[in-house]
Amino acid sequence: MTWLAIGVLAGGTYAFRVCGPALHRRIELSEQVRWMLSVSAAVLLCALVATSALTSGHGFAGWARPAGVLAGGLLAVRRAPFIVAVAAAVATTAALRLLGVR
Amino acid sequence: MFIIPVMRSFWRTLDRLLRHGTGPGRVPHGTGPDRALLRGTGRARPFLRGTGPGRLLAHGTGLDRALLRDIGLVALADGVVGVSFGAIAVSGGQPAWVPLAMSPTVFAGGAQFAALYIVLGGGGLTAAVVAGLVLNARLLPFGFAVADVLDLRWPARLLGSHLVLDESVAFALAQRDPARRRAAFFACGALLFVVWNLGTLLGVLAGRAAGNPETLGLDAASPIVLLALVLPALRDPRARRAALLGAAIAVAGTPFLPGGLPVLLALLGLAAAGRPGPGRRNASRPDAGRPDSGGPGSGGPGSGARIRSRAEGRA
Repeated sequence: MTWLAIGVLAGGTYAFRVCGPALHRRIELSEQVRWMLSVSAAVLLCALVATSALTSGHGFAGWARPAGVLAGGLLAVRRAPFIVAVAAAVATTAALRLLGVR
Repeated sequence: MFIIPVMRSFWRTLDRLLRHGTGPGRVPHGTGPDRALLRGTGRARPFLRGTGPGRLLAHGTGLDRALLRDIGLVALADGVVGVSFGAIAVSGGQPAWVPLAMSPTVFAGGAQFAALYIVLGGGGLTAAVVAGLVLNARLLPFGFAVADVLDLRWPARLLGSHLVLDESVAFALAQRDPARRRAAFFACGALLFVVWNLGTLLGVLAGRAAGNPETLGLDAASPIVLLALVLPALRDPRARRAALLGAAIAVAGTPFLPGGLPVLLALLGLAAAGRPGPGRRNASRPDAGRPDSGGPGSGGPGSGARIRSRAEGRA
């Protein structure tokens, strides 16, 4: 990361944040636009979940990480507290690596 | 796997305990940013359903202890995400100033992680910035949703805008009384700002001491963080379709495409989302929100309001 990249990301993010409070008396986003913004955030996050769980560089990440993510993911879907889900994922992956699973 | 039923009953009991005596929840009024997405979602996560801001309205005005406790829980979870952000950044080879500069200025968990992963995965800076900005585009409607809360004099408005997060917006929208809305928004936003940055600092310090994060299983934490941020949004079937297709596209493209690009290509999954159907509007669950955790924004840390809150948060 460079200062410039962080600055552009931070500046752009702040611009998104400040538009509503600054302009709310003048414009209104359509329902379609709001909805697409929400869904694209979800789509991008899911793509990151999938790629960071399954891949490393251009290849497969090995079994330990996906197994940990699966354990934590099941807990999260079962509505376990966030910290429990994260801890389970980390512990599962660490334990598998300790046992020699890559 | 015996832990799942155990955790479930524990969580239900906790949920019931926390709910005790707070009376029926009231319908949040705002036209929340996530409402469109969450229309027709099945169940809210218990954190918000049971103890969420809506239920807290039964107590007079002002920030009561129950509301502060809820905000504190989200802050605690976000602090942990902040720690993992700092640790993952430095153990991935980034200099310490990178996470320390990103957390106060970007202040959005999902986007910070996204940009970091793309850079750590060898992707270009442009892809990292674009992915982060696309993730944060949801803050635009969020800002409109809390514009009344921030209808203050310009210095306060400009400063308060930086606290627009999944979580702070979710807490604010669940309050009916304008004073409480504002109090909840600023309390949540300010507390998350503090814990997010403290957490990042702790993570930077710990990450350097930690050595190889893969030995500790730290690489499995990040997908779960993002998953927790995004889960509430996936209860909408159209969003779920789009997300699954997008994830499949991203994974399929990873062996062949430069880093960062597969994730951006996931936006093709939006084709599966269709349009917001008019029939779904009435199916809206008012108490659904970004309940849990994750960094601020995110969808974030946990976002996602987070989260969570939850949604998405999360940052």
